[in-house]
Amino acid sequence: MALIDIHHLFHSFYRYNESGEVAGTKEALRDVTLSIEAGTFVAVLGHNGSGKSTLAKHINALFLPSKGQVLVDGRDTKDAANVLLIRREAGMVFQNPDNQMIANVVEEEVAFGPENIGVPTEEIWERVADSLERVGMTAYRMHSPDRLSGGQKQRVAIAGIVSMKPQCIILDEPTAMLDPVGRREVLRTLHELNEKEKITILLITHHMDETIDADRVIVMDDGEVVLDDVPREVFAHVDELRSRGLDVPVPTQLAYELKKRGLELPEGILSEEEFVDAYMKLCK
Amino acid sequence: MFKDITLGQYYPGESVIHKLDPRTKLSGTMLFLISLFINDKFIGLGLALLFLATMVKISGVPARFITRGLKGIFLIVLITVLFSVFYVNTGTLLVDFWIFKIYSGGLSNAAFIAIRIMLLVLGSSLMTLTTTPTRLTDGLEKGLRCLNIIHFPVHSLAMIMSIALRFIPILTQEMNKIQKAQMARGADFEKRGFLRRIRGFVPLLVPLIISAFRRAADLAQAMDARCYHGGKGRTKMKPLRYARRDFIGYLVLFSFLALTIVIRIMPYGY
Ligand SMILES: Nc1ncnc2c1ncn2[C@@H]1O[C@H](COP(=O)(O)OP(=O)(O)OP(=O)(O)O)[C@@H](O)[C@H]1O
Ligand SMILES: [Mg+2]
Repeated sequence: MALIDIHHLFHSFYRYNESGEVAGTKEALRDVTLSIEAGTFVAVLGHNGSGKSTLAKHINALFLPSKGQVLVDGRDTKDAANVLLIRREAGMVFQNPDNQMIANVVEEEVAFGPENIGVPTEEIWERVADSLERVGMTAYRMHSPDRLSGGQKQRVAIAGIVSMKPQCIILDEPTAMLDPVGRREVLRTLHELNEKEKITILLITHHMDETIDADRVIVMDDGEVVLDDVPREVFAHVDELRSRGLDVPVPTQLAYELKKRGLELPEGILSEEEFVDAYMKLCK
Repeated sequence: MFKDITLGQYYPGESVIHKLDPRTKLSGTMLFLISLFINDKFIGLGLALLFLATMVKISGVPARFITRGLKGIFLIVLITVLFSVFYVNTGTLLVDFWIFKIYSGGLSNAAFIAIRIMLLVLGSSLMTLTTTPTRLTDGLEKGLRCLNIIHFPVHSLAMIMSIALRFIPILTQEMNKIQKAQMARGADFEKRGFLRRIRGFVPLLVPLIISAFRRAADLAQAMDARCYHGGKGRTKMKPLRYARRDFIGYLVLFSFLALTIVIRIMPYGY
């Protein structure tokens, strides 16, 4: 059984007028069916308002389905008794690092999750040390989160989830407020967690280049899943992605344009190296 | 304008006073304040002053940090002193000028009250200077746990306090940012006059409050996502535990209180 199973999920937001009647509805998710296997690195793409955050919050039981079903590790999010268990299996990191930190010291911040789920004191210390080590922030243990760079703050936030020992981490645009260095730090941390700890990663992002190393890319548009495949296949649909308001990585786009003009380049080029290799082969 | 907001005016140190359990310090401060109100003689205040001075000495906090708190209450002391100088008419008449009559009783009463208020402030300063805000909220949470039986939300209040402390620097920064953004568009914050300056605040406060609400919503969601569900079943990374020094501390405190009571019931003395 897959770790995350989503069956025909619908989600509507309601807008109310002054007298409390429903004045309008917005279907943020429409008939989403997905299943995510344990241990995979999944990237979710989509332009603003396509429903990515709404989907993420369903997996963490922050939202409940208007229609359909979400199962995390076999547990239905609709069952109130499951909520805490689900949140501890599927941790969530948000966009703004400042707005998700509770404590004044890094180590206490990382301890917040384990404290909430009632881990004994000695074990909390072990988990904090271990999680900080995993994200490479041990040296900042006693620092105030306010003094850290954006990338460091997000790594602390990730450590704060890792310390709950989840099977899955969902990250909602964790790099949107970071500079390129910070983005690279966070991405590297995520791939390490995925490879070494076998933690399932669900990364929501706007940056195409963050998705090329994923096992799977899901493209959303207007509340629906429109593409769902390995990166190479997804980025072969250059025209479709563009029509859905998304860019493709620069090498992919260059290869695509050259191909349209008659050069015999292979499909689905993702990185600069691949492009250079293919181009050199062509020149020979 | 907001550069100098420093909260949790903690003075780092390694002294016994710093290391005391925050509950000991909280109840110590309470007992000290109570002792000030038990006192009705100068000799009692002298004892309190001696006690406080010894504690300050042990804590290693420089005197100028302790006395900094006095600046803020200068006006209150002044008003209280004036009231008691003119309203108390016991003892001998010292000055009789126009409508003003000053008696010796008024003067000594004024001095007594002034010293009492100053000791009050100095005593609480020592506590905040030697305890980090986090430890202080921890202490409050655990010390007031007994109030849970009457369903007083001790844990929630402590959580609110610590989150407020965490967000003060962030909101201060944000306020500076908003101010600069508005100055860049021609707003003038250097206006003279009390009312004008107050009015200058409004365009700062509105965006600040809106942003604070947004942050609060985000934070609430992040706390939910990390399994926060109130104080029930929650463990602590750094639980408070009384050490031997705390028992000695309590012993010293109660001896001090006992001595104060003795002085109070003594039939003679000033
Ligand atoms: N709390 C809410 N109330 C009403 N409508 C909402 C709410 N949150 C989101 N929506 C609407 O639901 C749709 C999907 O929003 P969602 O936040 O999931 O998009 P997103 O893909 O995460 O976008 P972004 O890239 O901007 O983060 C949008 O049209 C949005 O306007
Ligand atoms: Mg979003």
